[in-house]
Amino acid sequence: MDIQAIRKDFPILNQEVNGHPLVYLDSAATSQKPLPVIEKVNEYYSMHNSNVHRGVHTLGNRATEGYEGAREKVRNFINAKSTKEIIFTRGTTTSINKIAYSYARTNLKEGDEIVLTPMEHHSNIIPWQQAAKAVGAKLQYLPLQPDGTILLEDVEKAVNERTKIVAMVHVSNVLGTINPIKEVTEIAHKNGAIMVVDGAQSTPHMRIDVQDLDCDFFAFSGHKMCGPSGVGVLYGKKKLLENMEPVEFGGEMIDFVDLHESTWKELPWKFEGGTPIIAGAVGLGAAIDYLEEIGLENINQHEKELAAYALEQLRTLAGIDIYGPEKRAGLVTFNLDDVHPHDVATVLDSLGIAVRAGHHCAQPLMKWLDVTATARASFYLYNTKEEIDILVSGLQKSKEFFGDVF
Amino acid sequence: MSFDNLDTLYRQVIMDHYKNPRNRGTLSGEDHLSVDMNNPTCGDRIQLQMQVEDGKVTDAKFEGEGCSISMSSASMMTQVIKEKTVDEALKLSKIFSEMIQGKDVDTDELDLGDAQALQGVSKFPARVKCATLAWKAMEKGVGVEEE
Repeated sequence: MDIQAIRKDFPILNQEVNGHPLVYLDSAATSQKPLPVIEKVNEYYSMHNSNVHRGVHTLGNRATEGYEGAREKVRNFINAKSTKEIIFTRGTTTSINKIAYSYARTNLKEGDEIVLTPMEHHSNIIPWQQAAKAVGAKLQYLPLQPDGTILLEDVEKAVNERTKIVAMVHVSNVLGTINPIKEVTEIAHKNGAIMVVDGAQSTPHMRIDVQDLDCDFFAFSGHKMCGPSGVGVLYGKKKLLENMEPVEFGGEMIDFVDLHESTWKELPWKFEGGTPIIAGAVGLGAAIDYLEEIGLENINQHEKELAAYALEQLRTLAGIDIYGPEKRAGLVTFNLDDVHPHDVATVLDSLGIAVRAGHHCAQPLMKWLDVTATARASFYLYNTKEEIDILVSGLQKSKEFFGDVF
Repeated sequence: MSFDNLDTLYRQVIMDHYKNPRNRGTLSGEDHLSVDMNNPTCGDRIQLQMQVEDGKVTDAKFEGEGCSISMSSASMMTQVIKEKTVDEALKLSKIFSEMIQGKDVDTDELDLGDAQALQGVSKFPARVKCATLAWKAMEKGVGVEEE
């Protein structure tokens, strides 16, 4: 994998920020976009833009082919059985909300339970809180080990005949923990529960096979995997989706409409009310082509090396607290001395280094870590070991700076 | 902003207020104003209490968690509004807000005190909300809705 060649595909990386070359270490928040994606979206709007699934004109056909072609690319990318199981959404949050609105509110009743972990992103907590409130169900949280992992024996204990849904993040956006989704899915199914996976942080970085995982729903976002913002995917097993009611009603998703009654289109379109995210889906398709050409396995291997190198180098700094397990995805979350992470991030920004600081949309996890906020450096295919060296030297400067003023 | 400008953001006086906050704590009694405010995007939060008698802020205390800018600003704010009328406190907040946005402000009429040291924040747009959190809490506490 030729990182310097890859970096040339990302025009945004070639700039100075505050007088220093940009070091972008915030891909877990959103990834940068390669030229093939930018050009594909540009080409769509310049050449083919039209509405889909209607009209007989040529542009309409091209737009439909582009949109539905992207659906097939997604199906193939995550190895779903059928494009009927691929629903385009605005992103992971919308995908999970669709399940919580449609599936959970119909299939759960008072006394039922939803099992979660404390490491969930807010987008995999609040939809369930709201659904649970609506039907009188309860949320149960698995315990976390000190290193931020879960134990399967704890899943066995927590999941029982009252459990109707197990919802779990595949890769934690804070800890980098990689959860054993396949094994947890087995436990969920053994107890008659369905398995919902938040794949926002895994799909960009590792090979996803929804049939192998056997999960019932899988949600992810396009913008974290080199695609445009505003498009994401909800995968669901066909037999579940078929029995679910749409969440949004209106144009595009109907079969017949009468004054008092209407019927819905077949899958997947019944869940895509309104003019869909056409350019977004086309761009996501281009992102998938781009990632496939480089190879998910190569990207994953590169990030593993970066994460291991980052852990090793960051540990040389006195006063650093690093959160999460040894075996982790390509991100490192930390605090340095008693300096608030916003202050650390401001110093780093002054050196052209972009990291995330804050609660990372995971306030319950911050509570579990007993911190109010953390700083996070996250890596993707275009990052280098040299950039990690720059991060470490930036943190050293931050230590000196705040050591002086304190 | 460049590394060389960091000193304008983190001046000694700011770090002093962060490390040794003035008016940290809670007011006793029950007849004081109390307001909680947070910055949901970053998790900073403040609980501000103010004793207001005859239109005058006679005491103010705060508890909270956050970065050096938000906590030092709270410390400075509670210091400067004490013994000011509510109208004066609101006017100070307006002056502070304009200063933070990099506008020219006339501080002759009312003195921002140590809070003047936060002027450097205007060069760091990402940190403006940190600096104004405590002031917004004060405005809410005395009954002024956010614009």
